[in-house]
Amino acid sequence: MAVAASDVTAKGKARRSRPDRSPGGRKPWSAAGFLLPALLLLGALVVYPLVDTIAQSFQDSSTRAPVGFENYSRALDRDSTITALKNTFVWVVLVPGLITGGGLIFAVLTERVRYGTAVKVILFMPMAISALSVGVIWRVMYEPDPDRGLVNALVGVGANAVAGAGAYPNATAGAEQDIEQTSAGMTSNQEVSAGDTVVFGLTAITDAEVPPEAEQAVMPEAAEGAITATVWRDFKPGGGTPGEIEEGEFGLPNAPVELVDESGSVVASEVTGSNGSVTFEDPGGGPFTPRVAAATFDEGFQGFSWLAPALVTPSIIGAFLWASVGFAVVVVGAGLAALPRDLLEAARTDGATEWQVFRHITIPLMAPVLGVVFITMTINVLKLFDIVYVTAPGASIEAAQVVALDMWRTSFQARNFGVGAAIAVFLFLMVIPIMVLNLRRFRREES
Amino acid sequence: MSATAEGVAQPREATKTSEPLTQRMAGRFSRGPLYIFLVLVGLFWIIPSFGLLVTSFRTPAAYSESGWWTVFTDPAQITFQNYADLLQNDSIVNGLLNTVKIAVPSSIAVVVVAALAAYAFAWMKFKGRDLLFLLVVAMLVVPLQMALIPASRLFNITGIFGTVWAVILFHIAFGLPFAIFLLRNFFAGIPKDLLEAARIDGASEWQIFRRLILPLGMPAIASLLIFQFLWTWNDLLVGLVFGGESAPLTVLIRQQMRTYGTSIDVIAPGAFLLMIVPLIVFFAFQRYFVQGLLAGAVK
Repeated sequence: MAVAASDVTAKGKARRSRPDRSPGGRKPWSAAGFLLPALLLLGALVVYPLVDTIAQSFQDSSTRAPVGFENYSRALDRDSTITALKNTFVWVVLVPGLITGGGLIFAVLTERVRYGTAVKVILFMPMAISALSVGVIWRVMYEPDPDRGLVNALVGVGANAVAGAGAYPNATAGAEQDIEQTSAGMTSNQEVSAGDTVVFGLTAITDAEVPPEAEQAVMPEAAEGAITATVWRDFKPGGGTPGEIEEGEFGLPNAPVELVDESGSVVASEVTGSNGSVTFEDPGGGPFTPRVAAATFDEGFQGFSWLAPALVTPSIIGAFLWASVGFAVVVVGAGLAALPRDLLEAARTDGATEWQVFRHITIPLMAPVLGVVFITMTINVLKLFDIVYVTAPGASIEAAQVVALDMWRTSFQARNFGVGAAIAVFLFLMVIPIMVLNLRRFRREES
Repeated sequence: MSATAEGVAQPREATKTSEPLTQRMAGRFSRGPLYIFLVLVGLFWIIPSFGLLVTSFRTPAAYSESGWWTVFTDPAQITFQNYADLLQNDSIVNGLLNTVKIAVPSSIAVVVVAALAAYAFAWMKFKGRDLLFLLVVAMLVVPLQMALIPASRLFNITGIFGTVWAVILFHIAFGLPFAIFLLRNFFAGIPKDLLEAARIDGASEWQIFRRLILPLGMPAIASLLIFQFLWTWNDLLVGLVFGGESAPLTVLIRQQMRTYGTSIDVIAPGAFLLMIVPLIVFFAFQRYFVQGLLAGAVK
């Protein structure tokens, strides 16, 4: 839990009184009585364990004999600790800044509209939710199949609009066909020259995939100086005879057919009509290898595996931003509301542009508040455990590893307390600069 | 300029928002795009949670076939069976009970223990007070990972490991630094004259604490209580390490996630069940929630 030690509201500042406020409490034993429960609990479960963890990090797990820095070097020899340190570094470098910046932007924007408060409430509602629920929410969102995961479904809408899925993504070459499915498309094994015909019988095309404008397929007719081709669905209810264009079998429109010369370059490309036929009027000499272009069979966007090892950390960062930016919005928003309005007005009267006011007055005045948000988020990110542990699937957990998670897994799954204690000390060392910062600020505010 | 139009309505709202700031961006955004942008942002923040809600009403078979949004075209997918099964699931129900047994007493205890200490720090004179309080401030950022190993040994020795008591005690201890810090700052702002008058009237420290400090400190105490409750209710790590057979709901749902795809009918409604209480608390006590957030920046 917690905390940048500061009170960000003007109200809070005014509330805090000077030190040496108390003439009372003359009886030290009564002070002791008030303090006793807190001191006992803090002593037994915070201070003593902290000292003991540091001690254990220099001791053998079972015998507790001193081993110097052995636990530390063993920790640093492990891939998981190295990954954890790297990932925690990435988190600390990226996330507090993104949240503080995002908070500032959203706070400024929501202030401008009447229903801004409602947007603020929505933004910071996820703060009340457990990391476990946040993890489950985003597991559902990040499902890799675009038919099941909303993130991929939305990306897919964009990706397919740009690249476009093919007309017949699942089609395969039918039986009794002299064609081969390659990365370039459905390539005929038969070479053609002017006056020849060629057919492409495809199967595994569902009724839904056959476009409504499709008509009865026709056998291509040889024509002088031209090459004609038909692409059709070599299947009709009941099956039909493979390799033959029969009554009831549809031509496949919108399939680009290409002629490839011996050097491998495409010399002509035409799209099939509603009966599946296409005619190359004047293809030139040849011979050519005809093929149905690969784009026809492009399966379109198949979805990113957001939670696979390669993407898991950025994806969890996304979920964490979703869950945490509301905190920044509320704290920064309160800070904005407390800005001295006359100062801003004076600057405007003096002819400062809105950008100058923002840059030279608002930002400097807001610096302490932005600092509090930044530091609070830095601590949270350093101690990050549950959202990673819940969101990363088993296969990705090593790739998503962070220091606090590594500490738990080492200590309580592998039962290696010595190395676990060393990792905990790493974590402690990372928060010490913030501790010093907090103490300094506290002393300054008190005096 | 749109800000001029806004200026007409301004006097009424003058105390609520700071218009200069709202004017600031006026030249850079016209209202329309801003509204659309904020609506999109709002949707983006609501839809994921809504997706979980819908998912919690679908069968695992439906989950493995299609996205939750297909319920809009095929409402027949919706089933209440998941929740019915969940409430028949002894281990889940037990976990929910444990969560209540942990969250309620530990939040109350933190507030009581911290209020006592905060009063001493704010209004009593004793040797080493300032140093001791600096120590509390230092403890604000100590990661609880620093205490897990020794504390689990302590709990083993005392025989409370694996009971709710271990989880409760640990939550209290690690909630205290923030709680003491927050309450001490608030108590210190209570007017000195009130306390002096009470002391002249011969009230004991305990009486002053009970009759004066606690009632006057209620806003801060309420904020703290809410935060502590949400924190302990939502906790996974402490329950995971010390809970054992008395693990809270978070731990039990996490265990189900090992077989994520086939257990989605437990995980989704379980995760949603876990969210309901914090959301109710959040909406019912939003004011205190925000106050607590601002009075110290939190969790």
